[in-house]
Amino acid sequence: MTERVNALRKQSLEAENILHHERAMLVTSFYREALPTVEAIPVQRALAFQYILENKHLYIGDNELIVGERGPAPKATPTYPEVSLHSLKDLEALNDRPKVSFKVSEETKRAYADVIIPFWKGRTNRDKLMSLMSPAWLNAYKAGVFTEFQEQRAPGHTVLGKKMWGKGMLDLMDECDKKLERLLSAKDAGNTEKVNELRAMNIAAKALILFAERHADALEKMASGETGAGRKKELLQMANICRRVPANAPSTFHEALQHYWFIHLGVITELNPWDSFNPGRLDQHLLPFYQADLEAGRINKEQARELLHCFWIKFNNHPAPPKMGVTAQESNTYTDFALINLGGVKEDGSDAVNEMTYILLEVIREMRLLQPSSMVQVSKKNPDRFIHRTLDIIRTGFGQPSVFNTDAIIQELLRQGKSIEDARNGGASGCVESGAFGVEAYFLTGYFNLTKILELCLHNGYDTRTKQQLGPETGNPESFKNFDDLMTAYRTQVRYFADIKMEGNKIIEQLYATQLPAPFLSLLIEDCIANGTDYNAGGARYNTSYIQGVGLGSVTDSLTALNYHVFDNKTISMNGMLQAMQNNFANFEEFREELVLRTPKYGNDDDYADQQAVDTFNMFFESVDGVPCFRGGMFRINMLPTTCHIYFGSVTGAMPDGRKAGIPLSEGISPVQGTDTNSPTAVLKSAAKIDHIKTGGTLLNQKFTPSFFDDEESYDKLTSLIRSYFRLDGHHIQFNVISADTLRDAQKHPEKYRDLIVRVAGYSDYFNDLGEDLQNEIILRTEHGEQ
Amino acid sequence: MEKGLIFDIRRYSVHDGPGIRTTVFFKGCPLKCSWCHNPESWLDEPQVMERDRVFNGHSKRVKETVGRWYSAEEIIDIVMKDRVFYEESGGGLTVSGGEPLQQGMFLKELLSLCQQYGIHTAIDTSGYVPEDQFSEITGLAKLVLYDIKSANNTKHQEYTGVSNDLIIKNLYSLKENGPKLIIRIPVIPGFNDQLAEMRAILDVIRPVKERIQRVDLLPYHRLGINKYESLGIKPFRLVDQNIRRDDITSFMKLYADNGFPVKKGG
Repeated sequence: MTERVNALRKQSLEAENILHHERAMLVTSFYREALPTVEAIPVQRALAFQYILENKHLYIGDNELIVGERGPAPKATPTYPEVSLHSLKDLEALNDRPKVSFKVSEETKRAYADVIIPFWKGRTNRDKLMSLMSPAWLNAYKAGVFTEFQEQRAPGHTVLGKKMWGKGMLDLMDECDKKLERLLSAKDAGNTEKVNELRAMNIAAKALILFAERHADALEKMASGETGAGRKKELLQMANICRRVPANAPSTFHEALQHYWFIHLGVITELNPWDSFNPGRLDQHLLPFYQADLEAGRINKEQARELLHCFWIKFNNHPAPPKMGVTAQESNTYTDFALINLGGVKEDGSDAVNEMTYILLEVIREMRLLQPSSMVQVSKKNPDRFIHRTLDIIRTGFGQPSVFNTDAIIQELLRQGKSIEDARNGGASGCVESGAFGVEAYFLTGYFNLTKILELCLHNGYDTRTKQQLGPETGNPESFKNFDDLMTAYRTQVRYFADIKMEGNKIIEQLYATQLPAPFLSLLIEDCIANGTDYNAGGARYNTSYIQGVGLGSVTDSLTALNYHVFDNKTISMNGMLQAMQNNFANFEEFREELVLRTPKYGNDDDYADQQAVDTFNMFFESVDGVPCFRGGMFRINMLPTTCHIYFGSVTGAMPDGRKAGIPLSEGISPVQGTDTNSPTAVLKSAAKIDHIKTGGTLLNQKFTPSFFDDEESYDKLTSLIRSYFRLDGHHIQFNVISADTLRDAQKHPEKYRDLIVRVAGYSDYFNDLGEDLQNEIILRTEHGEQ
Repeated sequence: MEKGLIFDIRRYSVHDGPGIRTTVFFKGCPLKCSWCHNPESWLDEPQVMERDRVFNGHSKRVKETVGRWYSAEEIIDIVMKDRVFYEESGGGLTVSGGEPLQQGMFLKELLSLCQQYGIHTAIDTSGYVPEDQFSEITGLAKLVLYDIKSANNTKHQEYTGVSNDLIIKNLYSLKENGPKLIIRIPVIPGFNDQLAEMRAILDVIRPVKERIQRVDLLPYHRLGINKYESLGIKPFRLVDQNIRRDDITSFMKLYADNGFPVKKGG
């Protein structure tokens, strides 16, 4: 690491997360003073985008090589009042809360009180969204049956494909113009919407060029005042780069990185899409630039690495926008989920691991930053060396990179109807979500509480927490003659709530399509320009809406316990079980011990227990998969929680698996914390019993102590473990390498562990920033190797 | 049909032979090594073990039976669950103990079944079994993990309860043919952690050098210490792990210098 990088990295690590009012003020003055009301909404949105980029404060840090910040300084994080508005109480809560806090200055509070709140109150997209939801939707939402991703953040989970690494904004404007010409000459009145959309895209593309030009001007100005000859030269070079990209396609390695960074800033300034944005298959995209520079003698490996370090730090400067309420609980982290993909296969199906793959792995190891997240795609065609190198980084215990099965992802995407090339160019974004990079708009719509729905089913659809009839009356469980009766009732409940969720999402998608289009993002994703249709309105080549199932392990173990104790062995009556649940196991401690310690559990390769995971998974799949969404695509499922298993646990009462009320649910498709007592291979076998290919991603956490990473031989064995799981079509596995004692000590002495990053669920986070319950849960996760 | 008395089955066993393995622990052992961390493996019948179980912050004393009779088919069913992992890693089944060869008929049946299913097999043995039985059964396995504790018979007798004559004789029976060998030497403080001891072991194994894949030096650990109490047996003669004589790296160098691939740990 060079001195420059060290300083920038330190600055990024130490910068305080603040909520800054700049963007909110700009967007407010635009809507209040500069809004051309005669224009169509996409054009208005593009002009708002332009207004922000024209007027925002530019930040260029000392010795930076890659420039551009979303806010006025690193980690100064904007808000998006047109999407959802923070109240003064929210600002205080954000400022004061112990975890994932954002400092709010008096100036920001005043701006909110005097300008932002008065203008946006009652007018935000969130207000509209909530007013459009049915009572059934609202009740289920408030009870914690599901969450809604588009409540406070715009649709996203988007990844840049290969197109933009060979094109500039001018090329895109040209494409828009050509398409416009054709539309206008057709004189079809029905084309008005498309015409407006393309005009909007055009404005947005130009706005980003102007934003880069502003940086070029600033850099030149700085250069003229710079006394150091070296830095002066650098500043002029950077100014030159900002004049070239993103207007034109990049032609050098440095240009490619700056090009992407401006595009990234464009996407996360236009709106606050989930998972920010993502450069996708970075090793594939960067290799040709690197090789050309090497050949031309423009760069050496060390210089390339330094640029990559600077690029990495940029991601770390950009925390996820401040979230409140349920949104904060379901994704309680600063991480904004830009997930760098490495490895996998090329478009022609051949091994994609290259020289740049190894350089980037080295960068990940050296940077050791929370952001960007990183993952490796492992195909059967990739070499073992690639996995070994990955394990080398995983063993250092900072939770990155996570490991994905390329061959499964491709099958998943093919099943959904993507072409083989689009599937091979894809990967995973966010936590674990499969996508065809650059050509797909795949929205995550919200988490779905499979465990809560079983609780409702066991109370004939009644929610004992919010004291209301939420689901249909599927029968008093005491009347169930056998386990099949129970499963039939549960299926009815799952289907009922899935329908409510999907009905809601159709309305919400329509709302974003019409009220909050994203013309800038639409430029980047094919075939929005060709279709003249916005990304949020179904313009992309593929459109998918995901619902994320949560609590598979918990619900499986609960169903198994009912089957085992109530129906098969009759150790307790249904009434007895319900009473134990109602009493939160008070006076049922002996029985709870029986439930926890001596009842078959998912994750031990025991079909008696695992069958319920398969049945629940299939029931969820059948309720959702293939239902048309608003944008012309379909609803699909995936299985991941981020931090929502904590929130969902807090609204779910005691369950038949012995879990007490309020305790977190199991995460992803991992077994309930501490119940997988057999072996890692047994966990993988259990997890592979569900059909991963029918999902758009599953999440499996495995914790290992460093002792599993001792030597070359143990690397071989872990490599085989990964390859075996992937041969069984497992989608993803991530390793937490840490000892429980270390974590306990970190809980006692947080000050000693400020750099301690752990894998949470599909992403890594600073251990200190996790809530105590989540910290405890991570400690609890079975420690293979310390048995 | 023979049944075998088994006290544990461990999947994802990564220190008992090549690849990812399942290790099946046989109950019953002719040796009583003073450092043994599996004293529940000694007795050749099921036995009750007491231990503390913590649940919900409360600890209580519970009794558990150690040792269960399995048919070879039952074992194979469990072993086959990890077939994919063996195939990817070049792993398989390891029988350990106790002394697996002490349940010869059952083990023969189990190893024959593994041959049928194409599963790689390894036997972890003390070598203390009748000669005819030894060669017949080891002939069915692909690999033998052969424990050598000491070349000094008096000491061997004193610390393990048996002479090492038979052990060395059985080792030499593998000189001409039979499975490959990994020699496993537990490095026990105060017992054999001296260069002179290691040299003597080197001399013992040298005649079968051709068949030896590797020498594993296993550092002593005290994992089994509270098991003695649980079983109600008086520790035979627990070693004081604080005694440290020569360093294990010097032993590794000794074997390496003499042309043996060597590894710390299994």
